[in-house]
Amino acid sequence: MSDVIIQGPNVAHAHAGHADHHDHDHHEQHFITKYIFSQDHKVIGKQFLVTGIIWAIIGALFSVFFRLQLGFPNDTFPIMEKFLGEWAKGGKLNPEFYYALVTMHGTILVFFVLTAGLSGTFANILIPLQIGARDMASPFMNMLSYWFFFISSVFMFVSLFIQTGPASGGWTTYPPLSALKEASMGSGLGMDLWLISMALFVVSSLLGGLNYIATILNMRTKGMTMTRLPLTIWALFFTAVLGVLSFPVLFSGFVLLIFDRNFGTSFYLSEIFIGGKALPHIGGSAILYQHLFWFLGHPEVYIIMLPGMGMASEILSCNSRKPIFGYFAMIISLTGIAVLAFLVWAHHMFVTGMSPFLGSIFVLLTLLIAVPSAVKVFNWLTTMWKGNIRFNVPMLFAIGFVSLFISGGLTGIFLGNSALDYHLHDTYFVVAHFHIVMGVSAFFGMFAGIYHWYPKMFGRFLNPTMGYIHFFITIIGAYLIFWPMHYEGIAGMPRRYYDYSAWTSFNKFEGLNAFISIVAIAVFFGQLLFVVNFFASIWRGRKVTTQNPWGSPTLEWTTPIRPGHGNWPGEIPEVHRWAYDYKDDGNGNDFITQTTPLKPGEESH
Amino acid sequence: MSGTLTIVLILLVFIIVYQIGKASEYATILRDEAKVNKQTNRLMAWLLIAFFVFGIWGIWECHQALKGRLLPPSGSVEGVEYDAMFEATMWVTGIVFLATQAILFWFAYRYQASDKRTAFFFAHNNKLEIIWTTIPAIAMAALVAIGLKYWFKVTDDAPKGHAVVEIVGKQFNWLIRYPGADGALGARDFRKIDDANNVLGLDWADNKTKDDIVAQNGEMHIVVNRPVKLVIGSRDVIHDVGLPHFRMKMDAVPGISTTLWFTPRYTTKQMQEITHDPNFVYEISCDQMCGKGHYSMRGTIVVETQAEYDKWLAGQKTYYAETHPEAAPAAPVTEAVADTAKPVVSK
Repeated sequence: MSDVIIQGPNVAHAHAGHADHHDHDHHEQHFITKYIFSQDHKVIGKQFLVTGIIWAIIGALFSVFFRLQLGFPNDTFPIMEKFLGEWAKGGKLNPEFYYALVTMHGTILVFFVLTAGLSGTFANILIPLQIGARDMASPFMNMLSYWFFFISSVFMFVSLFIQTGPASGGWTTYPPLSALKEASMGSGLGMDLWLISMALFVVSSLLGGLNYIATILNMRTKGMTMTRLPLTIWALFFTAVLGVLSFPVLFSGFVLLIFDRNFGTSFYLSEIFIGGKALPHIGGSAILYQHLFWFLGHPEVYIIMLPGMGMASEILSCNSRKPIFGYFAMIISLTGIAVLAFLVWAHHMFVTGMSPFLGSIFVLLTLLIAVPSAVKVFNWLTTMWKGNIRFNVPMLFAIGFVSLFISGGLTGIFLGNSALDYHLHDTYFVVAHFHIVMGVSAFFGMFAGIYHWYPKMFGRFLNPTMGYIHFFITIIGAYLIFWPMHYEGIAGMPRRYYDYSAWTSFNKFEGLNAFISIVAIAVFFGQLLFVVNFFASIWRGRKVTTQNPWGSPTLEWTTPIRPGHGNWPGEIPEVHRWAYDYKDDGNGNDFITQTTPLKPGEESH
Repeated sequence: MSGTLTIVLILLVFIIVYQIGKASEYATILRDEAKVNKQTNRLMAWLLIAFFVFGIWGIWECHQALKGRLLPPSGSVEGVEYDAMFEATMWVTGIVFLATQAILFWFAYRYQASDKRTAFFFAHNNKLEIIWTTIPAIAMAALVAIGLKYWFKVTDDAPKGHAVVEIVGKQFNWLIRYPGADGALGARDFRKIDDANNVLGLDWADNKTKDDIVAQNGEMHIVVNRPVKLVIGSRDVIHDVGLPHFRMKMDAVPGISTTLWFTPRYTTKQMQEITHDPNFVYEISCDQMCGKGHYSMRGTIVVETQAEYDKWLAGQKTYYAETHPEAAPAAPVTEAVADTAKPVVSK
C-alpha cells in the first residue's frame, strides 16, 4: 500500500487518509532496491552526486597531467608513465594523448560533473523536498535517468583504455577533425564511444528533465503556488526546460555525425583531401555541426550556471537572515536568461566565416544577457545589505560564487562582442573566462549546495574546519590560476597548444605557465580534502540533532532528520507563505517556516 | 620508490588535516559552542576582507609583472582602433568589477552577525530594480554600438587597391599562394591535389593559375601600408588563421572560402625596432584545434616596403614553372605570365 502512495503521481493528496502508513512503513527493503535500483529521489540524487564526484576526480586528474606538460614542457615526469603507460613514455606526454586529455577533461567536467552531477543531484534531492511531494512524478523514469547516465559513463570510461585512445578533437568535437579517422587517432573508435556515450547521456538528461518539469508543475503541495517556491526550484525548473529543449538538437547533430562517420553521408564534409587522397564528399557544411552543437552548447552553460544561482540565492538569504531581495525580479531575470540562452549560440562562431550581419544580431542578444545577470548580482548584494551574516561554509561558497560570477561574467562582455572576439577568440582569454564563470563559479554553487544540504542528505554535518580550508584554497587558487590567463589571452596565446616554446610571441609566458601549473596541482589536492571530508563524514560526521539546523523556512527542513521514502511521515505539510519569511515569529526565532499559517491581519508576500 | 613515498606522505597529510578538523569540532562542543561560533564568524569576516585587500594587491602585482609581455602596438591600422575599443571595455568592466567586488566583501564584513542587530527585512524595491536594469542596458547598448561599427568595417569588403593572398591550411602547415602578375587567383579543385606537384590542386586548365606563386614554407610577404585581403581555405579539417599582431583571426573551413583583410602599419624591421627585439617576426598561429600537430602549425608574415617586396617577388618562380620544369623555362615572374600561357592554349 505504501508503495502505491509513494509512486503514484499526485496520489499523496488523494490518499491523505492512508498517510499514517508512512509512520510505520519502514519495512526493510532489499539492499539492491534501496541503494542501487532505487526509485527514491533522495537516493538517486546521491547516486548522481557520488558518480559526479568520481568523474570530477578523474577530470581534474587529467588537468593535472596536461598542466604538467604545459607548465614544464622540457621536463619528464616518470610518475605519469605509471598512470598513463605508453601514452606518457619516459614521463613525457604524447601530443596525441595530450589532446585526448584536454578533450576528456572538458567532456567530463561539462557534462558528467556540472550537468549530471550538479542538476542531477540537486534537482533530485531538492525538488520533491522543497515543493512538498513524496517523490518525483515518475520515480521509475527517474531511476532510468540515473542508469542511462551510468551506462553513458561506462562507455566514456571504457574509451579511456582503448588502443587508439579516447576522442581527442576537443569537447566540442568539430568535424571534419572528429569525423575522419585519418585526421586524428582519437577520431577512430574513441570517437565512436564518445558519440554513443553522449547519445545515452542525452537520453538520461531528457528523462530527468521531463520528470523535473512535470514534478514542479504538478506535484506541489497544497498552498505551494509557483510564487511561493524557493528560487532553487525556479532555477532547477529553468535548467530542466533548457535541457529538454536543447539536448535533442545536440542529439540530431550527433546522429548526423554518426552518419558521416559510418555511412558515407556528407552532412558536414566537403572538399577534403586527407591521408593522400581526395574524399568523395561534396556539398556538406562543417559549420552546420557548429550551429547544432552550440544550440545546445550555449544553453548548456546556463544549465550549469542556473542551479548554482538558485542555490546561492537560497543560501545567501538564509545566512544573511534576510529575505532574498527582489524575489520577482529574480524570477524574471531567470526567465530572461533562459529565453536569451536560446538566442545567442552563434557568438561561439563569430570567426567561422558566418555572415557578419548574422553575427551582429548575436552580439546584440549576447550583450543583452548582461542585463538580467547584472540584476541578479545587484539583488544578491542587496540581500546581504543590513543582514546579520553567518559565515558558515555554505555561505562562504555562496559569496565566492557571486565574486567569481562577477569576474567571469564581465569578461563575457569582451567575448560576446564580435569586434573584440575577432582577436580574443580561441585564446587563453576564453579559457580564463569560461573556467571562472561556468567552471569554478558553478562549482562554488555546487559546493555551497553540498555543504548546505549535506545534513539533509546524510543526517550528518560535513566537518566545518576542513570546509573552511577547502574554501580558501579553492578561491585563492582559482583566482591565481585563471586571473593571469587573461593576460596570455590578450597577448593572443592560442588555447589547446601542447607546447609554446617554438613561438616567439607566446614563449615569454613560460614562467607563468609553470606557476599556474603548480597552483593547479595544489588546488587539485585541496579538492581531495573535500572528497575525504565528504566520504568520511557520511559515517563519521557530527550527527544532526535538530530538525532545522540552519533555521530555514523552506519545506525540506520540516521532514525528519533522516527522511524515509515518502519524505514526510503522516500528511504532507500545507504551505501558507513564501519561502523567505525571515522575520520574528514571536517565539524568539528570526524566521517563519512556510508551513506556519498567516497571522490574523498579516499579508502574504 | 619515491613515488610510493610521495603517496604515503600525501595520505598522511590528509589524515592529519582530517584529525585536526575532527579535533576542532570536538573542541567546539566541549567549549561553549555559541562562543566559538561567534569567534569563527568574526575570523571569517576578517579573512574575507583580507582576501579582498590582498586580491586587489595581487591584481596590481600581476599587472606589473605581465604588462611587459603583452603584444607590441598593433601591427595593423585596424588594430589601433581595436586596442582603443578593448581599453574602453576594460575601463567599463574594470570599474564595475572593483565596485561590485568591493561592495560584496564590504557587506560581508560590515554586516557580520552580531547580537546587537537584527537583519533588516527588505524584500523588494521597484525603483532600485529599475535603476539597475536600465544602467547596464544603456552601458551594453553603447558597447554594442561601438563594437558593431568596428565589426562592420572590418568584415566589409577590403578597400580598393588591396592586394590578395591566399592562405590554405593543412595538417600541419600553411600553404600560401600569390596571384602573380594577373592579380587573380586561378581556380583550384581539391580533386586535383597531389602532394608531390600540386599541393593546392590548381586547375592548370584555368590560365589564371599559370602565374600563381605558391610558398610551402609558411612565410607570407606583404607590403606595408597597402591593404591586403587574405582568402582563406583548408584542405582537410578546420584551421584558423590567427594574427595576434594584427588583432584578428578567421577560420579556415574546408569547402568554403573565408576572408579577412587588414592594412599593415609597420614593416617587420620597424617592429623589430619598436620591440627592441632583432628576432621579432609576425606569426600566424593556428587557433582552431586541428589534430596532434595543432601547436606546431606556425606561419610567419614578412611585412616589407614595396621595393623590398618587388625584389623578393622577382626571385620567385611560378608554381607552374616549378612543377613543370620541361614546359616553362626558369624565367622572371613577370615575363612568365605571357610565356606559360602559350603551351596551354596549344594543348
